[in-house]
Amino acid sequence: MAVLLTKKARVVVQGITGHQGQFNTRRMLDFGTKVVAGVTPGKAGTKVEGVPVFDSVREAVLRRKANASILFVPAPYTKDAAIEAIEAGLKLLVIITERIPFHDSLDVMPYARSRGVTVIGPNCPGLATPGQAKMGIMPNHIFKEGDAGVISRSGTLTYEIVNAMTQAGIGQSTCVGIGGDPINGTSMVEAMGLFQKDRQTKRIVLVGEIGGTAEEEAAEFIKKRVTKPVVAYVAGRTAPPGKRMGHAGAIIQAGRGTAESKIHAFNEAGVAVAEYPADVPKLLAST
Amino acid sequence: MNRAPEANLIANFVIAGTAVMKFYEYKAKEIFARYGIPVPRGMVVSRPEDVADPPLPCMVKAQVLVGGRGKAGGIRPAENVDEARTVAGQILGMDIHGYRVKQVYLEERLDIATELYLSLTIDRSAREPFLMATAMGGVEVEDVPRDQLFMEHIPAMVGIQPYVLRSLRTKLGVSKEVGDQVASIALKAYELFRKEDAELVEVNPLAVTTDGRVIAGDAKLVIDDNAEYRHPDYANLDQDRTPLEQEAHDKGIVFIQLDGDIGVIANGAGLTMATLDVLNLKGGKGGTFLDLGGTDDPEKVKQAFEILIKARPAVILVNIFGGITKADTVATGVKQALEEMHTTIPVVARIKGVNEAQAKEILRSIGTSAAETIEEAAELAVKVRAGGT
Repeated sequence: MAVLLTKKARVVVQGITGHQGQFNTRRMLDFGTKVVAGVTPGKAGTKVEGVPVFDSVREAVLRRKANASILFVPAPYTKDAAIEAIEAGLKLLVIITERIPFHDSLDVMPYARSRGVTVIGPNCPGLATPGQAKMGIMPNHIFKEGDAGVISRSGTLTYEIVNAMTQAGIGQSTCVGIGGDPINGTSMVEAMGLFQKDRQTKRIVLVGEIGGTAEEEAAEFIKKRVTKPVVAYVAGRTAPPGKRMGHAGAIIQAGRGTAESKIHAFNEAGVAVAEYPADVPKLLAST
Repeated sequence: MNRAPEANLIANFVIAGTAVMKFYEYKAKEIFARYGIPVPRGMVVSRPEDVADPPLPCMVKAQVLVGGRGKAGGIRPAENVDEARTVAGQILGMDIHGYRVKQVYLEERLDIATELYLSLTIDRSAREPFLMATAMGGVEVEDVPRDQLFMEHIPAMVGIQPYVLRSLRTKLGVSKEVGDQVASIALKAYELFRKEDAELVEVNPLAVTTDGRVIAGDAKLVIDDNAEYRHPDYANLDQDRTPLEQEAHDKGIVFIQLDGDIGVIANGAGLTMATLDVLNLKGGKGGTFLDLGGTDDPEKVKQAFEILIKARPAVILVNIFGGITKADTVATGVKQALEEMHTTIPVVARIKGVNEAQAKEILRSIGTSAAETIEEAAELAVKVRAGGT
């Protein structure tokens, strides 16, 4: 078992002919992912890494039975591509693209929900279930099959932490990169609910950061619903107020959204909070 | 739908309220007027001698991107043209919370009977627009008692429905005439919010004049800069950035100046923040937040380093965890930048990823100290800064 993504997924890559799409298609195939189709309007009939390319998602579904999509589509076209995938009947979308206008996300996310579609991202490293499949851009070699579920708002910081876990012999059930945008398809709480139900997952790692209230809401949820041990890391303890720290969602304002507030909420919920990223495996080992 | 507790909504509101792509009041009012929201008559000037025919009597208002200008003496009345010129001359050039006043707005003085409040923002947790209003306008919304606040989520798929406006009127307890105008302004503000890609539209006060007109007394507007490509006319607006931050922004580099003296460059926002945090725990203080992103293009790396070097750090700390980023090409960019800029700033680097060994070789060839982990790199940077190597 795992959450959201297993080897059964038949993945279509939207924007497969672009630089990112091509590069990551190769890596996803290497990971063992069934990448069955690519979509780039106007490029039907070509192949990328042996994967057939179609003009529309609907064709990819009809011809190759695709049931999940990963999007490498430039921000101005992402809303269109996401709605196309939803209308073609796909039930899982991973949106890697960053800098999508918030108002496009306000359209896409509730619409996806109304159609029973799960969206991961945008502005995220994607999903990886070691030993099964990857829909994302994380480096393949850092993962190891195991029992820790990872949820993160960050990209490279996740690689850092997952790599440290793997080196310490702690494998992952699934790694869910929920993304660094203020409006995301799947929240920290929702991802945690999935890990709580998943039998393979015995413990949960949360990688949070400043801005918003996702971590505080997660802490509340942990108190009420989560019985598995949780370890957290929060980035941005030294971030100055009023500045967007790279991620659109990472901003402290009027004393809200601080690392302190998040760490406090986690402590109250009995979550062990790592001081250094490298401390995450140590804390996991003692759970 | 998963909706956040009310306390969190106010927090969300405040977060959006002071984000980075802001508008001067006069510019925001221009945009309000375009959507048919009533605003007072006014004119903007940057020199006192340009004050020609202001609406009299008027208020002379400093145009700055920070709050609290009234208390700082940045809003003052004037009765006639001469006085308006004098007051404008006094306010222009003033320092308000670190910002020099470059423009003043001379605005028709309203005869205000009561002050309301109206705003639209985004509830991140619910993934929906969020409408707030109160009859207790003119103060910070955070200070308004919760039971006096009208709060309603507006599903983006359907927009503001009439029932929302009905309950808004009831909550405000205003006359039918005032209620009609407020409802119309709410609809127009929502249209603006959606079409202009706003993160915040705030009208405080929403003034009710003694003759019964409802007018936007102030206008706050924050627009999502991810949507800049849809609004090219806003691209060159003055923003709250240092000159170096502006230069970086123009080159598409994510860069923030901080008050420490160790220049931090990393890839990915989360990792860059974590690097600054680790540095702090090891007794150092970051002077820059520079997120290299997913690039390994030596030219881009070089550009980023040029910005970093201009910030004059005592030491540069590089932390790259390469997934798709190739370590050796990043190292090549670092080398080129340091050589071309003839800098003597010591560099401590920790680069993980594809072709790591070659990267270390390149870095060693230019006298850079290489570290294995973030902790080691941070300790080393602090040591180098203190003068030991």
